[in-house]
Amino acid sequence: MQGKGTAVCLPADIDTDVIIAGRYLRTKDRSIWATHVFEDLDPTLAARLKGAVIVAGRNFGCGSSREQAAIALREAGVVAVIAPSFARIFFRNAINLGLPLIESDLTCTEGSTVAFDISEGWVETDGKRHTIRPLSPRMQEILMAGGLVEYWRAHR
Amino acid sequence: MSTLSERILGAAAGEYVDRKVDRAYAHDGTGVLALEAWKKMGGDRLGKETEYYLQFDHIAPANNSTTATLQHELRDFAHMTSMHFSDIGCGICHQLMSEGVVLPGEIVVGADSHSVTPGAFGAFATGVGATDMAGIWLTGETWFRVPESVGVNLTGKLSGAAEAKDLALNYVGRLGMDGATYQALEFIGEGAHHLSIDERLVLSNLSMEAGAKAGLFYADDVTVRYLKERGHAVLSQEPEDCSYRSEIDIDLADIVPLVAVPPRVDTVKPVDDLAGLSLDQVFVGTCTNGRYFDLARFARLVKGRKVAVRTIVVPASEEILKKAIRTGVLADLVEAGCTLGTPGCGPCLGYHMGVLGEGEVCLSTANRNFKNRMGVGGEIYLGSVATAAASALAGEITSPEAA
Repeated sequence: MQGKGTAVCLPADIDTDVIIAGRYLRTKDRSIWATHVFEDLDPTLAARLKGAVIVAGRNFGCGSSREQAAIALREAGVVAVIAPSFARIFFRNAINLGLPLIESDLTCTEGSTVAFDISEGWVETDGKRHTIRPLSPRMQEILMAGGLVEYWRAHR
Repeated sequence: MSTLSERILGAAAGEYVDRKVDRAYAHDGTGVLALEAWKKMGGDRLGKETEYYLQFDHIAPANNSTTATLQHELRDFAHMTSMHFSDIGCGICHQLMSEGVVLPGEIVVGADSHSVTPGAFGAFATGVGATDMAGIWLTGETWFRVPESVGVNLTGKLSGAAEAKDLALNYVGRLGMDGATYQALEFIGEGAHHLSIDERLVLSNLSMEAGAKAGLFYADDVTVRYLKERGHAVLSQEPEDCSYRSEIDIDLADIVPLVAVPPRVDTVKPVDDLAGLSLDQVFVGTCTNGRYFDLARFARLVKGRKVAVRTIVVPASEEILKKAIRTGVLADLVEAGCTLGTPGCGPCLGYHMGVLGEGEVCLSTANRNFKNRMGVGGEIYLGSVATAAASALAGEITSPEAA
């Protein structure tokens, strides 16, 4: 699986309350989550996420298990999230929704182009290629299928 | 020789396994998206051989017609599939699973991050998101990466005003918010045997705040007795020599009352350092500290006096509420000026009641103090029940040892 996008830099320990606040959860209207994503961190960020590759510090997605966090990022147009580590529930949620996550220790330059190939195991930015920690075979299968819903539709 | 997680999952740390889930639970928050995903997966009946539970605790009772309609759909689904269903007022999912449901050695998955809580019984209990839960509804199984474990070696006994909550904040502060990511905590050592089930549930609950996949105690005589009173004959679990990825030692006698300073659970300071900070609200409850033990302790400390700041008390379950009525604890709380809420999560997540206003400060017995969690512009300090009582009486953060 390949992709490319524009780097948006974020700090470590981004929690799911900050990705999408509790006050917006009670709905099934996904556009609401995309509109209010990161509102409490930076209200201007949502508008810059189309085609973005988020490059964050460690422990991205910590806290609540709310899947709306991963949905909000995907619906806002985020191509992938790169971080040295992810909180484990967010990790599963994002892959289950077909949003690529890449474990890599990358120095982020805001606005630079970031390209990746998860199958081949690399990410490239500022002319430098870095290796990534591979996803487990099952997670790769789920991601390639487009998410866990599609995975189970194909496997039952 | 294996860790408890390795023993229950039946494989060595680092291996990926597919396992049948013994008990799977979800709530009114995560259940909505899980139902949507399950339908899209083609779900028409639940996986066999797994016990399924749905508990309404996050917005209980419903706060508006949107929530009510979403809950209505979920309620119909629970009845249609005959899963165990606990409607509004029954209590918090993690507490209900801990009232004689989860047993030692089981694999338990909840669609909520604090599903690590029933690890206190020697079960492998962990949290997932909604789509993973939908997959478990479909098949009764899921995949796990068997975690490496951190040994949390406990010695001695808690003393003075210190509580299990202070002990939990101590280890979260030491490990950091991601200190145990992808790993399990195992609470071991003679100090563990001195802790009641209520206290163990606090320690297992907070393991999530260090990023852990699970937080386990070995079932011992205390566990066997607790479950026997609830109709289950179980055996204790003997620890084996095993290798931990890392170990931390805590002498319980060294624990002092602590507070976690917003917006991070791992920014932990002695209560004394924050003494005098003015409060707008005190909240006692949640899957961390809403058990009978906590309510009775709070009531004992405020009995015969009046709280100086608005104070919301929410029992974690109906069983706890009933006991608090029978023993007079509830009357003491109301006489002292506390406001009561329906058993459930209450104000913890800022959805529907007890929300903070701009610039307001709350001392809470919950487990999270993230930015804006209980309301935009509100700040949350986390502490023990005794700290909450001393602070409620003074209207400002106050050490229970000063009271």
